[in-house]
Amino acid sequence: MGLRLPPVPELSEADRALWSGEAGEGPRMAMRVVLALARAVGAERLIDVTSAHVDGCLYHGEVSLDFALRLLDGGARVAVPTTLNVGAVDLLHPDLYRGDPETGRRARRLMEAYTEMGCRPTFTCAPYQVAEARPGFGEHVAWAESNAIVFANSVLGARTDRYGDFIDACAAVTGRVPDAGLHRTEARRARAVFRLEGIPDRLLDEDVLYPVLGHLVGREAGTLVPAMVGLPPGTSEDRLKALGAAAASSGAVALFHAVGVTPEAPTLEAALQGRPPERELAVTPSAVARARDELSTSAGPAITAVSLGTPHSSPAELERLAGLLDGHGVHPDVELYVSTGRGVLAEAGARGWIAALEGAGARVVVDTCTYVTPIIRRPGGTVMTNSGKWAWYAPGNLGVDVVFGSLEECVTSAIRGEVWRDRGLWAGI
Amino acid sequence: MASGRGSEARALAPGRGGGTALVLEEPLSFWGGVDPATGRVIDARHPQAGEVVAGRVLVVPAGRGSSSSSSVLAEAIRAGTGPAAVVLGEGDPIMALGSVVAAELYGLEVPVVVVGPDAYRALRTGLAVQVDAGADGTASVHISPPR
Repeated sequence: MGLRLPPVPELSEADRALWSGEAGEGPRMAMRVVLALARAVGAERLIDVTSAHVDGCLYHGEVSLDFALRLLDGGARVAVPTTLNVGAVDLLHPDLYRGDPETGRRARRLMEAYTEMGCRPTFTCAPYQVAEARPGFGEHVAWAESNAIVFANSVLGARTDRYGDFIDACAAVTGRVPDAGLHRTEARRARAVFRLEGIPDRLLDEDVLYPVLGHLVGREAGTLVPAMVGLPPGTSEDRLKALGAAAASSGAVALFHAVGVTPEAPTLEAALQGRPPERELAVTPSAVARARDELSTSAGPAITAVSLGTPHSSPAELERLAGLLDGHGVHPDVELYVSTGRGVLAEAGARGWIAALEGAGARVVVDTCTYVTPIIRRPGGTVMTNSGKWAWYAPGNLGVDVVFGSLEECVTSAIRGEVWRDRGLWAGI
Repeated sequence: MASGRGSEARALAPGRGGGTALVLEEPLSFWGGVDPATGRVIDARHPQAGEVVAGRVLVVPAGRGSSSSSSVLAEAIRAGTGPAAVVLGEGDPIMALGSVVAAELYGLEVPVVVVGPDAYRALRTGLAVQVDAGADGTASVHISPPR
């Protein structure tokens, strides 16, 4: 039947010590979970990781807290530098949380428990914006959170498989992961080629194109690693961040190559590792227009809120937003939220951008995100966003309608109180 | 008791569980796809939205989407709204982890197994199915003949 039994992974002495409980019950459970994954994916050995990014600090129910406390109370502490993803509560602005108070209390306890385990309280989905947390090329790491995974693999050339809840913390505590998936060179080979054809140069220089490209690639790539041909050399990290986040939302993309842009794709042949692709697709103006339209569920002019900063804003993005809001105020009938990490908040605060944003009526959210927790005051409305990821998840998570647009369109709409479109933006599409 | 046909399977998470099969036509993400308070499929894009997985032998071609699905499956198992067993057409580490952690925390074992294409095709909604999965990776799926 082809259902061969998986190998029993080889263990180091240190692995055996954890397994036998010498370091306590918490680390013992962590090693059991790592080994369960190794068996499930058929890995022959475990490998070391140099860092971890843990997503388990986002509350999904009692099991989230039961698991973290079992580790913590069992003596588990992280063995490698570990950053934390968003939680459900903005601990710096707790009044923003509008959900059930008991759930909020437990969500906060969960965030504290992981901090007590030795994780850094970064509470950001963009750990690659934390200078000391950026892994180098070829480094093995255990990162959770789909946009962080795709950024680490694609833009930094680090190696992480698609880790998520439970295994992220267990990898941090043991410093070990199965030698499988995207840790292995052969799995990083591009198997689907996306060629940009006829996309106007002017549009290639607009931020708004990149989440749309990501959404398109995510929908079409399936389980194949995609390589894109035709992105401009020097495409910014913020654009690659938006592209990857969208591709990891509408699809299962954990690694993409952009020829001449990302580090494992100096040439298409290098990305393909010398083998022919299994699929080739043309990214045409009409395909881009279709993908763009899929990101909106509403065509009307009404909006109740604008959400920016998914994934968490970089300093450059906050500076740009502050510039666009300069001399204006957010319309009284619209809520404008922008999410970022604490580290970026501190930097942007020192530059005066946060005061400028709040002075214009924007609400700055840290530690969490507006699509994973109740923050937006008027649920059931229509929310405008420049994020492909937010546009993909928010309708299901929050029950809102969504309008996708550029940053300028979002900000002008927030000021005017209704959807404003930049008529020339998509010319030629 | 399982007097019908048995098929070889590979265990991703050990345990024993049986019940009435619910065969899903499309892959399922527990996160955003199943309400752990009720066990109901709530993904509006899923063709079988509204079905309830609680106590069923959930037969699904593959997992899909967010890695937070591990948490939602474990939460459903904790709350008693999870499936009695999961039979997959292709391996899914995210579901395996959800089951493994529920067993660690609560001692509730919900087997997760992978079967080959022939055995997968033999599974139909409404059949009584028994799943046995060992810690060594061996597993079997038995279909009881319809009465």
